[in-house]
Amino acid sequence: MSYQLNFGALLDYQDVLLDGLWMTVKLTLISTVLGILLGVLGAAARRHRNAALRHLSKAYVELIRNTPFIVQLFFVFFGLPAIGIKMTAIEAGVLALVINLGAYLTEIIRAGIDATPKGQLEAARTLGLSSRQIFIRIVLPPAFQRVYSAVVSQCIIVMLGSAVVSQISVPELTFAANFIQSRNFLSFESYLVAALFYLILAFLMRLAFNLIGARAFSRKEKTL
Amino acid sequence: MSLVSVRDVHKYFGELHVLKGIDLTINAGEVVSIIGRSGSGKSTLLRCMNGLESYEQGAIILDGMEVSTDEFQVRKLSHSVGMVFQSFNLFPHLTVGENIMLAPKLIKRVGKEEAKKLAMEVLEKVGLADKFGQYPEKLSGGQQQRVAIARSLAMKPKVLLCDEITSALDPELVGDVLKVLEQLAAEGMTLILVTHEMNFARDVGDRVVFMHQGKVHETGDAKEVLANPQTPELQQFIGAVL
Ligand SMILES: Nc1ncnc2c1ncn2[C@@H]1O[C@H](COP(=O)(O)OP(=O)(O)OP(=O)(O)O)[C@@H](O)[C@H]1O
Ligand SMILES: [Mg+2]
Repeated sequence: MSYQLNFGALLDYQDVLLDGLWMTVKLTLISTVLGILLGVLGAAARRHRNAALRHLSKAYVELIRNTPFIVQLFFVFFGLPAIGIKMTAIEAGVLALVINLGAYLTEIIRAGIDATPKGQLEAARTLGLSSRQIFIRIVLPPAFQRVYSAVVSQCIIVMLGSAVVSQISVPELTFAANFIQSRNFLSFESYLVAALFYLILAFLMRLAFNLIGARAFSRKEKTL
Repeated sequence: MSLVSVRDVHKYFGELHVLKGIDLTINAGEVVSIIGRSGSGKSTLLRCMNGLESYEQGAIILDGMEVSTDEFQVRKLSHSVGMVFQSFNLFPHLTVGENIMLAPKLIKRVGKEEAKKLAMEVLEKVGLADKFGQYPEKLSGGQQQRVAIARSLAMKPKVLLCDEITSALDPELVGDVLKVLEQLAAEGMTLILVTHEMNFARDVGDRVVFMHQGKVHETGDAKEVLANPQTPELQQFIGAVL
């Protein structure tokens, strides 16, 4: 073993690397926000009075959870144009990430919803709230809080999974690492640095989610 | 005219015939205690009165409205009838004040300031004005139950249904809740309570309804019925609880 580590050579490509990192951050932010929204809607549909909506949501979750992400991504990017739906690689990447995250979050949030004590629903009904008001005001906030740590983990999984969109040439972090090592053949250094960036992103994401959670779910007395 | 009128109501849970022809008329301002053994149908009857439970036969008219489980009807009923549960059922993610203001704001479109005033008013009534900004989990069971009562009162109902609202409380906290009920009774609120508090039923209640196997087995003036039960079933029941 006499491999000479050469991280310095990566500096020539620091713009590529940082652009890739920034792209990964953007992909993650957008797909996390939209994915959570989709997950809430999916969970609402999953427990809706309307049977068609329930079945639709269930089918969506099963379809996504039982197929590989890369196939979902290729379907969106290469498959959909066949029926006239064309988009850029970035758009396709975001869409695939959102659809994927939304399906897992549908299942996670549904579990939170199901843990609602029946008495809470009865109290809300008795007070005159409509089904929609009950869902939004009474059921959803505690349900989300109950499964918050699972939601956070899933969002981080999707951030890491965003590496796959390098396969359709979205210039994100993994794409950048691929690119750099194909130029300078420093595979070890390139991927190690990329891994380190992912690690830091995951750490920061968890930190941010924890701060948001602590604020949103605080039960500290409110003053008048 | 009567405030609540229950006419020949039958209720089934599948095969199980739980209410077997209940007739009951309750006037405004009355305090009615429903007593009876476990499984006799007390909760079911109460829950039928505000549309939480459906019934298969007969009719319940409350404040001139036919009671049913239809969402629209239940929402209409919420202006006339409130309910307090054994398990408090406060919304854990909302403060005491938010719990109370929620329905007046959403259902009655009461403005922010007015809702706050209303909440303080009902909180003072239950002796918890200082808990406005506190979360339910920080309160004792007795305090939570009094907030639940306040929350119901904020909708200014004509009748308040209470299903064993002191049964989940430590003995030393029961008194505070009963005191609130007594005060409500004195103010003329119509109360229908499922209760095991015989002293309360006798001293504060106007009427006792003894349920047995899905029927009103014996009913009448509270003091009289409890002092001189006529049927062996009620005699036995009173013997067991006292
Ligand atoms: N949701 C339900 N599904 C099926 N059976 C039920 C349901 N709720 C109540 N029952 C049955 O109906 C009967 C009456 O129940 P109910 O709760 O009205 O009794 P109760 O008089 O309130 O008793 P307790 O004093 O124990 O509260 C019981 O046999 C009970 O098992
Ligand atoms: Mg009961």
